[in-house]
Amino acid sequence: MIDPVALFLLLLSASTPILFAALGELVVERAGVLNLGVEGMMIVGALSGFAAAYHTGNPFLGFAAAAGAGALVALPFAILTQFLMSNQVASGLALTLFGLGLAALFGKPVEGVKAPAMISGPLGLNWIVWLGLLMVPAIWWFLNRSRAGLILRGVGENHDAAHALGYNVRRVRIAAIAFGGAMAGVGGAFISIATVLQWTEGMTAGAGWIALAIVVFSNWTAPGVLAGAWLFGGVTVLQLRLQAAGVRVPVQLLSMAPYLATIIVLVAISARQKLSRRAGGTAPGSLGQDFHALR
Amino acid sequence: MNRRQLIASVAALTTISLAAPTWAQDEPLKVGFIYVGPISDGGWTYQHDQGRLAVEAEFGDRVETTYLESVPEGVDAERALTQLALAGNDVIYATSFGYMDAVINVAAKFPDVKFEHNTGYKRADNVGTYDGRFYEGRAVTGTIAGRMTKTNKIGYIATFPIPEVIQGINSAYIHAKKVNPDVEMKVVWAYTWFDPAKEADAANALMAEGVDVILQHTNSTAPLAQLQQQGKIGFGQAADMASFAPSPRVSSVYNNWGAHYVKSVGRILDGTWKPEAVWGGIGDGIVAIGEITEAVPAEVKAEAEALRDKIGAGEYHPFTGPLNKADGSAWLAEGQTATDEELSGMNFFVEGITAEIPQ
Repeated sequence: MIDPVALFLLLLSASTPILFAALGELVVERAGVLNLGVEGMMIVGALSGFAAAYHTGNPFLGFAAAAGAGALVALPFAILTQFLMSNQVASGLALTLFGLGLAALFGKPVEGVKAPAMISGPLGLNWIVWLGLLMVPAIWWFLNRSRAGLILRGVGENHDAAHALGYNVRRVRIAAIAFGGAMAGVGGAFISIATVLQWTEGMTAGAGWIALAIVVFSNWTAPGVLAGAWLFGGVTVLQLRLQAAGVRVPVQLLSMAPYLATIIVLVAISARQKLSRRAGGTAPGSLGQDFHALR
Repeated sequence: MNRRQLIASVAALTTISLAAPTWAQDEPLKVGFIYVGPISDGGWTYQHDQGRLAVEAEFGDRVETTYLESVPEGVDAERALTQLALAGNDVIYATSFGYMDAVINVAAKFPDVKFEHNTGYKRADNVGTYDGRFYEGRAVTGTIAGRMTKTNKIGYIATFPIPEVIQGINSAYIHAKKVNPDVEMKVVWAYTWFDPAKEADAANALMAEGVDVILQHTNSTAPLAQLQQQGKIGFGQAADMASFAPSPRVSSVYNNWGAHYVKSVGRILDGTWKPEAVWGGIGDGIVAIGEITEAVPAEVKAEAEALRDKIGAGEYHPFTGPLNKADGSAWLAEGQTATDEELSGMNFFVEGITAEIPQ
């Protein structure tokens, strides 16, 4: 029979890339910016992390490089949306396409080579898995208990009010976008360095889009992101595991499950909002809107 | 450049391109390829491009090859094929199943251009098809898997429930069972040809079930990476995946399309090309077995190579009776072999496989 502990350990690994990317996007969106470029930042992180790990022989340097590259590739998006007032949806999509192309181009020299193996941490899990889990309470604390987090949420909730109070909306948002890029980069690098050990074009295969969906699913909270990542990752792992065990469950039904769950949760959230309109926990008030300081 | 110069140069270019057909006799044969992925995918498209390079190496100045990579299946394919035909290619190889209807449509508009479609089944006066008997390779890797498993459980990461994949699973199982009667086959349907994260999850799910040898039909190296971490073994797929040798990759089944392209282009050059349905295996060189590494004991290696050579020489068919279907009904009698027609419509597992084919 299926060992639930073993299954849970598989789930932890499987959900790590989307957990990182979704936590990053959570901070970005709480600052009021919608960045649809997650997939692009992930693939750039996957490539640069892999290349750095391969050349230095140290996987952890690879993850550091991935974070840097993810933040760097997010910068054009920050400039476009924060200074040139470009449409965030279009710029984000452009960032995804740009990232995919850029990584494909610069990935040529490291094709076919293999990354150095990683040393496992406790319970046979990669250290990065533990780091991802640690990021959940850290980001929760930052958003809800720290002064900087309060400012960031203020900027996301109502940028005009935050500006009137003297906070630099652009600076906060650019920092958030860079952080989101770094997190997406690490998530992407987890796929290339820890899961596949090779670089291949298009290897993130849509994980960035799932991360975006999870942020909505999470109702813009860090524990919600963890729950969403575990649900998506868990259902994927579980359905493969059930198949391997020869349990007769229609594959199609299980593949549908995470999406069905998302719809149900979204309906439940909007129903609750109608009953009692709460300030916290819902979509940030200024999400996706351009900020232009008039005074 | 002012506008007048621009117009003049455009006019000059047009004249040159219009004049081109009159030199056709002396010109090299123009050969076009469209690929579904990037040539760098290290798998399916990479192997097709190796085939293109083999054509160049074989015929040198007598051919001129071009390719379009990462062409999505669907409307874009029709546009890309038209573009290749308009560019004056004499033969166009379309290397993905989903190009089928686009090939038929474009071929009807360009009756003088020859087309060959990979893995499809629709043909016309100027459209041939070609495919590989991948199940022949699976017979060899299945034999190795049956010999190498210590837990008597082998796993198969399947893609979609289509005949090609079902042939592969059956062939691998039949030959593993032949050398190891206690062997069990676990099948996971990944519903993707390429998704490294999901393939890794699938490999882990199989290993959690006690599987210690995995055959994969998906195209990324992710399962091998997971196998390596747990000290278990697998096989390269579509490409040789030699960077994971000698272990976990102990051998591979890869597609050597060059064998077909060289033959096909040769026939066009000497005027004997016909629109055929080519289904080539180990004997034709289209399906190749990658080097069996030292992680496999010498006698197992010898056994696998002997099987490979027998299949290649046409002395043995991987689907030879007696074989029953999974539901217990009789399929092939003693000594009877499966027909190509039966294989190309295969929708059942053979007796002994307890997994089910999703409907």
